[in-house]
Amino acid sequence: MRATDLVAKAARNTVRSKTRTTLTVLALFVGAFTLTLTTAVGAGVTDYVTKQVDSLGADDVFVVTRTAAATTDGPVAYDPETSSASTGTTAPALPGASGSDPLTEGDLDELAAFDGILSVDPIQVAAVDYVRYDGGSRYELTINPTSSITRSDLVAGEQLDSSAGAGQVMLPSDYVDALGFASAEEAVGSVVTLGITDVLGVQSTVDATIVGVSRESLLSSGAGANTALVADLVEVQSAGVDTGDPRYAIAVARFDADLSADQVSALKADIVDAGYGAQTIQDQLGVIKTVIDGIIGVLNAFAVVALLAAAFGIVNTLLMSVQERTREIGLMKAMGMRSGTVFALFSLEATVIGFLGSAIGAGVAILLGTALNGALAAGPLAALSGLSILLFEPGAILGIILLIMVIAFLAGTLPAARAARKNPIESLRYE
Amino acid sequence: MHQDLVVDAHGIGKEYGRGAARFSALSDVTLQIARGECVAIVGKSGSGKSTLMHVLALLDAPDTGRLSIDGVDTRQLSARQLTTLRNRTFGFVFQQFFLTPGTSVLDNVTLPLEIGGTPPRQRRARGMAVLEQLELADKARSNANDLSGGQKQRVVIARALVGEPSVIFADEPTGNLDSATGAIVEETLFSLNRDRGITLIVVTHDEDLAARCDRQIVLRDGVVVSDSAAVAA
Ligand SMILES: Nc1ncnc2c1ncn2[C@@H]1O[C@H](COP(=O)(O)OP(=O)(O)O)[C@@H](O)[C@H]1O
Ligand SMILES: [Mg+2]
Repeated sequence: MRATDLVAKAARNTVRSKTRTTLTVLALFVGAFTLTLTTAVGAGVTDYVTKQVDSLGADDVFVVTRTAAATTDGPVAYDPETSSASTGTTAPALPGASGSDPLTEGDLDELAAFDGILSVDPIQVAAVDYVRYDGGSRYELTINPTSSITRSDLVAGEQLDSSAGAGQVMLPSDYVDALGFASAEEAVGSVVTLGITDVLGVQSTVDATIVGVSRESLLSSGAGANTALVADLVEVQSAGVDTGDPRYAIAVARFDADLSADQVSALKADIVDAGYGAQTIQDQLGVIKTVIDGIIGVLNAFAVVALLAAAFGIVNTLLMSVQERTREIGLMKAMGMRSGTVFALFSLEATVIGFLGSAIGAGVAILLGTALNGALAAGPLAALSGLSILLFEPGAILGIILLIMVIAFLAGTLPAARAARKNPIESLRYE
Repeated sequence: MHQDLVVDAHGIGKEYGRGAARFSALSDVTLQIARGECVAIVGKSGSGKSTLMHVLALLDAPDTGRLSIDGVDTRQLSARQLTTLRNRTFGFVFQQFFLTPGTSVLDNVTLPLEIGGTPPRQRRARGMAVLEQLELADKARSNANDLSGGQKQRVVIARALVGEPSVIFADEPTGNLDSATGAIVEETLFSLNRDRGITLIVVTHDEDLAARCDRQIVLRDGVVVSDSAAVAA
């Protein structure tokens, strides 16, 4: 029998017993639908978190503080030399920030001397009063302290250039309209004025060029400023008053991107041994990712249970079908159809049912999900721009359809083997 | 020996059951059928007619004896070659129609060609040609279920004929039909034998139908008790 005829015959057979096929397809539909949606949620959230991680900074930095960060594992062993009694009266510490001594220039030099550390930059805080463009209205603006070393999720323009000599600013997208620009593209390249008050209470201004417009993000917000602009602002802020040795709450240590995961852990341990707290972005995001993976795992488990039920449905449907079509099978074998071909015919029939269920399930999930995405983005999730909660990846959808077809095929092998074993004489015996 | 034997069976034996329940459905059956013959295998119910037909049609393997089809010793053939030989050489008409429900008359008729691997275009042409001969061309698109008994049996004959077989086996072909339609079906089968030289092997317990064949082989308890050609041969 020709392969094309075999496939066509299998497909025709599935539509011959419509009710049964429909019910089996429905069971597969539920599995495919659920799996498509959960995979899309997983992809959507992962994609969003990845963008957020990018906006937080590259994978090659430690956030360093003076003492061990509050999020390190387990209780700290008591040491009468260094430990001080906790009174419980101080406010709970923010992870990695307060509750620690500031870093000095000497600390920064010590950190820079570690093997594998390329550079150490303190995070300086510049408190800007307002931003205005071309004499227009003034708006309050917050400069994100870590912006000079991180990457933004761009709407237009480019990332900040930390080596540039001139002051650069990364504008959040919601300032575009307010400042009077027609579009994000038009804003890029324009010069805005930043107002700042120094330690003596005198207000002055600093100019900066907009190099990019960033999407508002979950994990980092506010405007960005490159190293040169931060330096300018800090200088204006201090008003030439000598405040003694500079001290910083946090520094960012960039390490060699070629280091293996093990080497990074070793380096981190060394830094912690030297009395600092060091965390990578991955450490900080690990918890979030674990939670997301857990939720998606549970949803996927539901989908798999639905698919298992569907697989039994296929076995049942086809066993009944084989029983009903005993005569037909006997006749085909009498006319010279080989057992292998009979097996192929029935397992292909199962595969066709699998294809129908999965393709329809995935298709409906995509239609519904796309509509849902639009509704969510316009409504409850409007604040999280750049998040499409459902991300349908063609490869993943193809994978789901193939997976279900394989499951259907496997479920079909039992009835198909039974059909293939049928003896034509027995099958054609009439009572 | 006869030069053009389609069936050459020698000492065929077939047993069923084991131990005490063991009995011989066929024993030492020797017969030869020449191309173009019209042969009736007759006998009472349970005499082994169907069993003999199944052996001759390669649907069942004999326990003893040898069988040659078209001069080829079937013991030399693999299972795959046997099914191919069956597909190419034989056409079947059973007591029941065994038409596939929910499928068109044309698709039912061309089933042997589909199994044999004939391309769709040729299948259609050949299928329409035999339906034309059996005056069923206008029913080609109909659902096989929607035909009358006589029409169904003609569809079955068309299906047996479509592969241009050299032998048609008919097991009780009129057993399920009223006498009027039975007569039409008989006439169709005999005309195929007469006009096209197709060898016809009819299994029946109907004396009248058997009498219309050129030769009668009578079975009793699995043994050939008379063969009207044996005298001539
Ligand atoms: N598969 C089988 N197992 C056991 N006995 C069988 C089987 N097939 C046929 N028989 C027996 O063999 C004998 C011949 O059967 P069959 O060839 O069908 O006779 P007929 O077609 O002449 O009525 C009967 O007694 C029948 O019961
Ligand atoms: Mg019989």
